[in-house]
Amino acid sequence: MELKDKLVSSYVAFENRVETDSEVHEIRSKALQNFEALGFPTKKLEAWKYTSLSSVLKQDYSLFPNKENNIQLADVKKYFIHDIDAYKLVFIDGKYSSFLSETTHDTFDVCLMSAALVKPKYKAVIENYFDKIATKDNLTSLNTAFASEGAYIHIPKNIEVEKPIQIINLTTGSEAATLLQPRNLIVVEQNAHVQIIERHQSLTSNPVLTNSVTEVFAAKDATVDIYKIQNDDESASLVDNSYIEQKSNSVVSVHTFSFGGNITRNNLNFYQRGEHIDSILKGITIIEGKQHVDHHTLVHHIGPNCESHQDYKGIFDERSTGVFNGKVVVEKEAQKTNAYQKNNNVLVSDKATINAKPQLEIFADDVKCSHGCTIGQLDDDALFYMQQRGIPKKEGKALLMYAFANTVLESVKIPEVKQRITKLIAKKLGVDIGFDL
Amino acid sequence: MLKIENLHASIENKSILKGLSLEVKAGEVHAIMGPNGAGKSTLANIIAGKDEYEVTEGNIQLNGEDIGELAPEERAHNGVFLSFQYPVEIPGVSVTNFIKTAINETRKAKGLEDMPAKDMLKMIREKSELLEIDRKFLSRSLNEGFSGGEKKRNEIFQMAMLEPKLAILDETDSGLDIDALRIVANGVNKLKSKDNAVIVITHYQRLLDYIVPDFVHVLYDGKIVKSGDASLALELEAKGYDWIKQELV
Repeated sequence: MELKDKLVSSYVAFENRVETDSEVHEIRSKALQNFEALGFPTKKLEAWKYTSLSSVLKQDYSLFPNKENNIQLADVKKYFIHDIDAYKLVFIDGKYSSFLSETTHDTFDVCLMSAALVKPKYKAVIENYFDKIATKDNLTSLNTAFASEGAYIHIPKNIEVEKPIQIINLTTGSEAATLLQPRNLIVVEQNAHVQIIERHQSLTSNPVLTNSVTEVFAAKDATVDIYKIQNDDESASLVDNSYIEQKSNSVVSVHTFSFGGNITRNNLNFYQRGEHIDSILKGITIIEGKQHVDHHTLVHHIGPNCESHQDYKGIFDERSTGVFNGKVVVEKEAQKTNAYQKNNNVLVSDKATINAKPQLEIFADDVKCSHGCTIGQLDDDALFYMQQRGIPKKEGKALLMYAFANTVLESVKIPEVKQRITKLIAKKLGVDIGFDL
Repeated sequence: MLKIENLHASIENKSILKGLSLEVKAGEVHAIMGPNGAGKSTLANIIAGKDEYEVTEGNIQLNGEDIGELAPEERAHNGVFLSFQYPVEIPGVSVTNFIKTAINETRKAKGLEDMPAKDMLKMIREKSELLEIDRKFLSRSLNEGFSGGEKKRNEIFQMAMLEPKLAILDETDSGLDIDALRIVANGVNKLKSKDNAVIVITHYQRLLDYIVPDFVHVLYDGKIVKSGDASLALELEAKGYDWIKQELV
């Protein structure tokens, strides 16, 4: 049976597991109809021209893993930013692991979507925010149809969350192939502040497909920093659909570090509803083999006097492929917009490919929009210069690539995350250089 | 220290060096002068091991060992230093980080441990004072946005840190004002000893007022056509190169 049919026919079984007498379930049922009509994206769609899911969709995925799988902390510790105190939401094969997690309900909520969707306490927030900005496209609809578990984070007015929140999705590989659909909701009220680190990690080489949806609401004067670490096993594929709505004077940054996986597709969408909003989108992609990373970004400038900053760097070795599609829409009302987009790529091997496409739709007349895209090789003169100073070619290349990616790391606010990413880069490039941090 | 015999080299089938011979002993300072296009920078790059040049004949020996097959970094580990005419900008790597990496990679090649951070800092402080380099300068990205003079001073700073046996200064004087020239020359002079050697490549006499050469060579059309002592440089400054060209005819 094709995956689409299998999903649609499993819906009855899914309904036996969740609360169906609710508004949320109405949303889910509509989303299923939507997905049924649309099906999975194919390369015929402009947005999927350079990314094919067909090989990934051929797997016979287990949709609702039943086994409770326990994991020892020692075995997975390395996937956490473990040297900092943090709240943790850990999911194993899509199921919440209370043993590995650290939640809170003290002054704010860091807890489970499954609870938030049914408990009266959360009803108002769910009604106001659940599925309000997620689009009705194919994969997001699929996620919405089966939305039942994920992270629920609600930070009330004026609260500054003092430690980061880590959301970690682990897959044990106890099933031959696993499909996961985490659904996250992050609501940050006026003048509140939160930092989030998100990671997906497969623990075996059994295929995994994760179709994740995250909705983020940043109210007036709120600050939200999100770090996505994508360094998964080569058999794991990820579609990350993130939707972010910002109100006046809010600042939201998303850093995406894509260092591994089979097929990784990031759909990152920002909607600016207000004035003096700042949206920051940054990414480093370093891949090799036959890996594929696709960044589709959208910044929708709706109100005036707002800014957006995009800076994506990519290093592609062997036969790896990359896509960068950065769309900026500036509405007629969005005067004095300052939108900046940069995408620089290095092809280390002549078999590697990058498809880069800036897309600007500007309807206002008093705006500053700039975009720049480069694709190049490592500078031979710079390499010779380094070799002349005694730095071997391999280390020199690594240093050049590190330097190339470095500008993206400058805006990382959590030192431990910065350190971890630096180490991951050094490890990826196969060298041990004593970088200063 | 350095012995070059009958060196022929070309780039993209264009012959540039046509039988060049040169011997430099420890403790000596040699100046190589000559008109544009004579092959001066080519010579410097070939000694340093740049692979876009093809050596078709002859050989280069460093302390009795043929270095023709060595990679640029191996030549550097053996004590060859080239102060570049146009130092490369490397955004994202600070001066300090770069020199630390260079020193520790060189030590690693010699089987030594990394230099302790304390010693490294002390050395950086001493050498940057010698070249009158501001501390802030050291945390900037390597050569990025540096003025011509800052780039050259940074080259000599790195030379001071790496303590090479053979230093080749390729037009280190170009782009320097008179104060910077004095600082750079002073730095080079302080680093000179009976155990190391310096080759100064220049168009002009003025650097040689500060770094006094033991030998001056004229490089013309890929060969050394005339050698002499420091007075030859003065003569070239006064008379230009035409008289040498005529002598050759």
